[in-house]
Amino acid sequence: MAPVPRNAQVIEGSEAVAQAVAVCRPEVISAYPISPQTHIVEALARLVADGRLASEYVRVESEFSAASVLAGASATGARSYTASSSQGLLLMTEVLYASVGQRLPFVLTGVNRSVSSPISIQIDQRDTMSLRDAGMIQLYVESSQEAYDAHVAAFKIAEDPRILLPVMVCMDGWVLTHSYEPVDFIDQAAVDAFLPPFKPVNFLDPSQPKTWGSYAEPDIQMEINYSVHDAMLYAKQRIKDVFAELSRISGRDYGGLIEAYRCQDAEVILIALGSVCGTIKDGIDELRDRGQKVGLIKIRCYRPFPYEDILETIRPAKVVGVMEANFSMGSEGAIGLDLKAKLCNRPGAPLVIDFITGLGGREVNKDTVAQVAAKAREFAAAGQPLAEAYWVDLNRELLP
Amino acid sequence: MKVSMGAVVEGRTSLNYKTGSWRDERPVIDQEACKRCGICADVCPDSSIKAIEQPGRDKPLYVVDYDYCKGCGLCAHECPAKCIEMVAEEK
Repeated sequence: MAPVPRNAQVIEGSEAVAQAVAVCRPEVISAYPISPQTHIVEALARLVADGRLASEYVRVESEFSAASVLAGASATGARSYTASSSQGLLLMTEVLYASVGQRLPFVLTGVNRSVSSPISIQIDQRDTMSLRDAGMIQLYVESSQEAYDAHVAAFKIAEDPRILLPVMVCMDGWVLTHSYEPVDFIDQAAVDAFLPPFKPVNFLDPSQPKTWGSYAEPDIQMEINYSVHDAMLYAKQRIKDVFAELSRISGRDYGGLIEAYRCQDAEVILIALGSVCGTIKDGIDELRDRGQKVGLIKIRCYRPFPYEDILETIRPAKVVGVMEANFSMGSEGAIGLDLKAKLCNRPGAPLVIDFITGLGGREVNKDTVAQVAAKAREFAAAGQPLAEAYWVDLNRELLP
Repeated sequence: MKVSMGAVVEGRTSLNYKTGSWRDERPVIDQEACKRCGICADVCPDSSIKAIEQPGRDKPLYVVDYDYCKGCGLCAHECPAKCIEMVAEEK
């Protein structure tokens, strides 16, 4: 259990993120508003305006520019930060891919919100999941406190000289960004010791001109791509180490790349990420009270994909139900696809069922959890994998 | 050769990259007809036409650097004296 918070205040999740970013002393912040991310950059603007944060705060005219400012600033060796959501993240996409190849270790908060069309400001993870192939490290959090801690860890992970990749901390809009929870802050001195100033390997310097983002012939392109993947593979252990190191100063330990909740003897294991994990844990507690052996794997790091830890945890289970609020149209949900790909050809692996839940803010409650667990058991008993993902609570009568 | 982190490269490394091998037509300047106006050097996208100062003459000689000229033909197109001919490369 977490110790009694020492410097806890009841604050909005966005304010918690702003405080976490500020304690990491970013030298450049770029900002463009989009709901539900806006309160984060507004809180940072206030800190800069009040003289409590010495940072270059750049107001830009679009998310494309927000990402471009970040890339340029990061290339000069400045610790850099921005946040966005939904369409804003999609508009950043081109720059984010380019930043990965140039190994620019900035931190970005991806505040999860559904993607148009139709327009929705409610939560799902289609926005950040659509960036899964870019080469950014993606962390997901369940609570405002975990968001605070993840941001402090994110800068250290990003700036590791063997990683040097952007890190996106993904947190659900509204449920986390706009709700108030007790959040414990880490002392500035402790963070300074944990996160020394960024020492870039390469940086832009007018006295020593270099070429960034240059053309690559086919004879080196694959090697450059692989080097990003290789950094991702290395990052798996490094992220665990950074989380462990941070937990020693914060007193809070959420686990490594995944958190296994009541999985020890579980016959049914659910897999999810983000704030919905709190609801799922409550749902599991009730199912356990009724004698059902159900557990949860909360994915804390989605890229790199921690399949080793997941496979180890699900091995004794009969069936795995992935609950995810994203979908690759014409295929399945992203987590289901990742997991099935890694399970394929492994004898004795449990059946995996992909449940699509919560798109566009559709409610996921304890009844949903019970329904998914029951369906997973039912499909497992039938012994046949589903041909398609199962869309929970889909009202077919509404289809055009 | 190793690829650097982020594929960042030091300045002037493009000099090692002889783009002249891309060319399938080479510009040949008729030095007798050339008025030495320098427009060809100005328009060359690859800075591959060099001005060489001539002792005793007030205007330089313009010479193509075939190590880097890609054979785009812009110089021949723009030459007011029509003294640059594009000649097919043969291998």
